[in-house]
Amino acid sequence: MHRVLAVFAFTVFGAFSSVSAEENTTTYTLDNGMEVLVLEDHRAPVVVQMVWYRAGAADEPPGVSGIAHFLEHLLFKGTDTLAPGELSKTVAANGGSDNAFTSWDYTAYFQRVAADRLELMMRMESDRMRNLRLGEEDIATERQVILEERNQRTDSDPGSLFGEQRRAAQYLNHPYGIPVIGWRHEMEQLSLQDALTFYERYYAPNNAILIVAGDVDPEEVKALADTYYGPLAPTEGLEPRKRPQEPPQLSERRMTYSDPRVSQPYVVRSYLAPQRKTGDQSDAASLVMLASLLGGSATTSVLAEKLQFEEQTALYTSAFYDGTSLDETSFGLVIVPNEGVTLEDAEAALDNAVAEFIETGVDAEQFARIKTQIRAGEIYARDDVESAARRYGTALTTGLTVQDVQDWSGDLMAVTEEDVIDAAKQIFQEKNAVTGWLTRQETKKMAQEVTQ
Amino acid sequence: MIRTLISAAVATIALSFPALAAVEIQDVTSDGGIHAWLVEEHSIPFTVIEIRFKGGSSLDAPGKRGAINLMTGLLEEGAGELDARAFAQAREELASSFGFDVYDDSLAISARFLTENRDEAIALLRSALVETRFDQDALDRVRGQIDSIIKGNAKDPGRIASSTFDALAFGDHPYASSRNGTLESIATLTRDDMFEARDRVMARDRLFVGAVGDITPAELGTVLDDLLKDLPETGADQVEEATFALEGGITVVPFATPQSVAVFGHEGIDRDDPDFFAAYVMNQVLGAGGFSSRLMEEVREKRGLTYGISTFLVPMDHAETVQGQVASGNATVAEAIEVVKAEWERMASEGVTDKELQNAKTYLTGAYPLRFDGNGPIANILVGMQAQGLPIDYIATRNDKVEAVTKEDVARVAKRLMDAEALHFVVVGEPEGLDSTN
Repeated sequence: MHRVLAVFAFTVFGAFSSVSAEENTTTYTLDNGMEVLVLEDHRAPVVVQMVWYRAGAADEPPGVSGIAHFLEHLLFKGTDTLAPGELSKTVAANGGSDNAFTSWDYTAYFQRVAADRLELMMRMESDRMRNLRLGEEDIATERQVILEERNQRTDSDPGSLFGEQRRAAQYLNHPYGIPVIGWRHEMEQLSLQDALTFYERYYAPNNAILIVAGDVDPEEVKALADTYYGPLAPTEGLEPRKRPQEPPQLSERRMTYSDPRVSQPYVVRSYLAPQRKTGDQSDAASLVMLASLLGGSATTSVLAEKLQFEEQTALYTSAFYDGTSLDETSFGLVIVPNEGVTLEDAEAALDNAVAEFIETGVDAEQFARIKTQIRAGEIYARDDVESAARRYGTALTTGLTVQDVQDWSGDLMAVTEEDVIDAAKQIFQEKNAVTGWLTRQETKKMAQEVTQ
Repeated sequence: MIRTLISAAVATIALSFPALAAVEIQDVTSDGGIHAWLVEEHSIPFTVIEIRFKGGSSLDAPGKRGAINLMTGLLEEGAGELDARAFAQAREELASSFGFDVYDDSLAISARFLTENRDEAIALLRSALVETRFDQDALDRVRGQIDSIIKGNAKDPGRIASSTFDALAFGDHPYASSRNGTLESIATLTRDDMFEARDRVMARDRLFVGAVGDITPAELGTVLDDLLKDLPETGADQVEEATFALEGGITVVPFATPQSVAVFGHEGIDRDDPDFFAAYVMNQVLGAGGFSSRLMEEVREKRGLTYGISTFLVPMDHAETVQGQVASGNATVAEAIEVVKAEWERMASEGVTDKELQNAKTYLTGAYPLRFDGNGPIANILVGMQAQGLPIDYIATRNDKVEAVTKEDVARVAKRLMDAEALHFVVVGEPEGLDSTN
């Protein structure tokens, strides 16, 4: 029964999201520096166009948190040839769907349409890369929208507020500690000029990757890309992305967040962890396997076995790790205690379970089952070219290459039991821990203070 | 909101498009007499099977609210010789995935398995359906998880809004209460209740199957018999029609949060109504069309009052509603509600323009083929069509029905259906300038 716990949606990102070696990929680079990747799947007459920018929330200047995401909203306003909202309306009028998303390392825009509409999509997407026209009125209204988005996604959800606080505690110096949506007091001040400055610098062909996936011919895609994206001027002097890095952590960090809207208290502990690096993904692969072993299954993982079935201290446990990140990422453990178990006891039980795992080593059968699922994952992945496109986009905007993506499955399969235990010893050091308790605040007045 | 979203998804399946000759549906009947619709897709060596039992959690026995939901959660918690953990291990060794979900009108089982170990995967799934153990320790553990969900829903503004709406709208019908049951109603459920709950809903006389993937009709026939022939022939009687008892007005549920959530609606239109497609097109223009919808334009784009607003036609098996949802700051939600009412009124009195109608039709007819984008989604469509009683050639003919909708059809159905005075808003939060009516 795993659907229960969607509330605690900490997943092992990228665990089995491998791609098949048989996948049909073509890459090239336009003269202005724009990279193009085509993924062919001719089973249905559908195409997805994605443009990924190597610019996200962690590339924002200090003091304007949320500008990358705000700009993502503003890209749906007009250009010289597109009225505000016309792009989405045109996509819809062609039976398609479109949207965009912003993360710390990237911002991406996509449309999903019948394959014969690709040219129209390219014409519009290329237009807004360089020719956005914004007015003060766009700013004022859309700023209200992102504040409502923050209300809805963050301020109305104590779990989200807790996550935001934990992230801020995890990163002392790196902008990964700042929420993508932005801090409210800075969002309220975001200006037209802030948006334009970010836009003009980062929205350029030499900072973008075009991914076209579906029922297309790579040669035709290249011709279209040359026509529509080819003429766009690159941003001169674009420097490599260098964000402030984390100093070594010398002392454990602990925090408690209380909110009267919490129905289920829990503990999350996280540690800084290495990310996938180009040509060297083995450490990250070991951590994916570690997360899978500890918490990848609600029934058979080490933490579930020990804490949910044997000791029955936990209602739910999990481990999470997302290695696809430009800079240092984090590895986390979650325990949701059973009725009557304190957070203190739950945390101690979690510590014991991890220590015991390191002591006894990896269960060979469990390890084999996980590898079986990775192999099967390659087969299942062939049924979903859009997810494959997203995996490439995420990788290519976080310092990885097409080759890294295609090697990933093999890198996971190459991890040994010893690698996993070594990785666990490396990661789980008390001085490196950031431990958060989410608790229920019983008085009503406090709610206002923490959420306004 | 799960109910609303699920039903909306089911409704969208009812649309058609021209280019679906590529998806050839075969009607398969096993030696044991079990029907399924199949699309063969041999290029990738796996198969997806979607199974639906009509009735779902509405078939809870009197005084046993939550039993079918709890039972569904226990289907993967031990069967035959295997306890919960051994069952999960066996499934992982095969790299199969099984899903067990229950909704107001159906219980859904999804299975995905590789060709190389199909027989073992089917044998394992069969044991979950007919040799379920319902071990007491598993029952207690899953009940604890559901307790946690019930408590969580009681603190979630969106959940509070939709459950309040349902309770006010549907009287003593099962639709009025959560399928999770209450802390009290599930506290006393026993192992025996689980066997009874299973036999009430998982019977062959209410079964629909869709399959897509690397499997032939003959192979599927064998799978169907292996998997389903040992289920009981009949189960509990389906429930009566629900009466919609909610009048126009506002119900405020005080909740300390910076943003109010409003769920609103009134009576809707039956899936079999001759004007259903006209209503469907109308709703697309009003609030289902994302950034293209009138409500998104008026409430978000022009006024910045929300991050998102949408409306749904909710044609359930025993009741029909038109519903919508919006979240807006406590200071602005009253204005958002006024805009919704004004748009409701405008639709009722003016219908849609030629351009809106054309855009909606182009979208709806063009979007349909995009849904057929993988074995799982296609299997879902196949089983959904059968559950709605649609013919096997429905997909190829249905595009014409969307195209046939005229501006006059939309105006007629809008006048009949849309009633701003009948709209009831349930608002959860601390809305300024809003009070409950009556």
